[in-house]
Amino acid sequence: MPNGNLLEVKNLKQYFTVKTGLLKTASLKAVDDVSFSVGYGETLGLVGESGCGKTTVGRSIMRLYEPTGGTVVFDGKEVTAQSIMPLRREMQMVFQDPYSSLNPRMTVEDIIGEPLDVHKLYSSKKERRDKILGLMELVGLNAEHATRYAHEFSGGQRQRIGIARALAVNPKFIICDEPVSALDVSIQAQVINMFEDLKEKLGVAYLFIAHDLLVVHHISDRIAVMYLGKIVEIAPAGELNGNPIHPYTLSLLSAVPIPDPKTVRKKNRIILEGDVPSPMRMPSGCPFRTRCRYATEQCAIECPALTERGAGSGHMVACWNR
Amino acid sequence: MKNNENGMPMKNPLSLQIDLAKFAPATEEEKRQQDVMSESSSFFRDGMKKLVKNPLAVASMIMLAIVLLVIIFAPMIVPYGYDQIISVEGKRDKGAKNLEPFAWSEMEQAYIDKGGKLFPHIFGTDAMSRDYFIRCVYGARVSLFIGLFASLIVLVIGVIWGSISGYVGGKTDLIMMRIVDIIYALPDMLIIILLSVVLDSILSSNNTGIVARLGSNMISIFIVFGLLYWVGMARLIRGQILAIKSNDYILAARSIGARPGRIIRKHILPNCISVIIIATALQVPSAIFTESFLSFVGLGVQAPMPSLGSLANAAREGLQSYPYKLVFPAVIICLIVLSLNLLGDGLRDAFDPKLRK
Repeated sequence: MPNGNLLEVKNLKQYFTVKTGLLKTASLKAVDDVSFSVGYGETLGLVGESGCGKTTVGRSIMRLYEPTGGTVVFDGKEVTAQSIMPLRREMQMVFQDPYSSLNPRMTVEDIIGEPLDVHKLYSSKKERRDKILGLMELVGLNAEHATRYAHEFSGGQRQRIGIARALAVNPKFIICDEPVSALDVSIQAQVINMFEDLKEKLGVAYLFIAHDLLVVHHISDRIAVMYLGKIVEIAPAGELNGNPIHPYTLSLLSAVPIPDPKTVRKKNRIILEGDVPSPMRMPSGCPFRTRCRYATEQCAIECPALTERGAGSGHMVACWNR
Repeated sequence: MKNNENGMPMKNPLSLQIDLAKFAPATEEEKRQQDVMSESSSFFRDGMKKLVKNPLAVASMIMLAIVLLVIIFAPMIVPYGYDQIISVEGKRDKGAKNLEPFAWSEMEQAYIDKGGKLFPHIFGTDAMSRDYFIRCVYGARVSLFIGLFASLIVLVIGVIWGSISGYVGGKTDLIMMRIVDIIYALPDMLIIILLSVVLDSILSSNNTGIVARLGSNMISIFIVFGLLYWVGMARLIRGQILAIKSNDYILAARSIGARPGRIIRKHILPNCISVIIIATALQVPSAIFTESFLSFVGLGVQAPMPSLGSLANAAREGLQSYPYKLVFPAVIICLIVLSLNLLGDGLRDAFDPKLRK
């Protein structure tokens, strides 16, 4: 594998303009100055509560939105609007809702075959069909399902179709936008294990977006925690779980349900006061200070940058006080 | 936790939990009963099945089929032309004016008495001794042709305009929709009258071929439909596309690298095809009505070409003496428009997913 990182995101900003009155507009900072990297064959988990900008990060990297600022370097090449087409073959996306992410008027064969059609990756009809059947087998679907329509499948099967579609172009990197949160818990495990198998077989790297810390911890090599458009902590999965530093990560981890009543009774939950501030009226300084029990005056003045705690640990935290 | 000999957890004697030992594993055959996949069925076939079950829609389809068969084959069977004045043995039959249905004029009667054979005047004849049935058939032809052709114009322009406006969005959408609003505000009848006056002088100079046969009025009807009536369709399509655009599969297609043209053709239009079919089916009767109305006020097709509206207008003069001359074209208009409307309703019930149960 080549040296360096597969994906390098630097100071990514994504602001949306929102109409607030007849002529007034305000900018909504969905993603504000986010930097991270993903290595070859690595899985980076991205967690955070609803509306914190996880999905927007994924879509900005894919250039489904035109970023307001910052750079994305993929495999040594900067991603710009002009150079996006060849990158669509190397970077793919799996969507959250398996019900709305598949066109109801297309057969499974056509859904999985669409990337092949768009990038003209076959020379004969037979080759196209063989590739599609190979992909279906890879994700655990029967070949006889090829002529069926998406609405005839269960949620888990539909998500497999979505994954097969993402794999059709043989990508190096897949952005998984909450791929299991719409599924039953029993199906979640199957799909997660499939992601891990595919990673071993094909060597793909993932950006795994989720709001379930247990799921992310299971699949990720490293985890990034987002709050209100900013990354507040990045650490290797085990380190984040064992030694969380940022107060928001602490409270997130304390909210993870544990399937053992005895442990739960011993645990003390850190319950955050108040609501998430509106991203249109961000607090000054650190975005978390309004709900943070360690907040000081300094937090209101200046936003802390991500700094590494312990040399070479890869554990980065954005907090003044911890 | 202790397990019993079957590998099942031991039950606490006081527990209310169901005794797992009472359960047997399912046999292979029983497992197969859980496979509930039905025959694969596409959306279109589903809709057609529903349509066939709707008695009104089926009746209107049969009605339309009959009308179509008659207007296609009647001119081949009936030996009269729509502009042909009845003559017997090469002599013009002046007594054949305003005959009642299935009646003969004196000359014709004499010819039949001599042993000759004539085709009956099913609807009688008009004031200029022309067979009224064949005129009604040609009138229905003209009306249906205008209805279908005008709807086609509306469909093509409306779909292209609406899908571009809805898909691109933003400022483009704003400008395109304001143009639609302006066109919506134009008085259509006034434009038709003005256009037919202007076109008349332009077209009369090269009086040949199909243009001359259709007449400037008919051409102006098409132009007006092409200019004005597509706006409703464009608005409808734009609304549909805005709704479909928010689905994840459009985003998925974009992330694959599909271009906008492909996304519109492969993803958006197939998902609003039912709405397009329904709107077109309902557009046809409205175009027929417009044509009939214009013909009735004298702005329709050029004489001697009949249309149902102009036939009704001509029948007005002798309404007291020959009321059936108004009844025939009026009933044909009603039948065509009613069955197209009912068919449109049936299509909507069968294909509109929001009405599905």
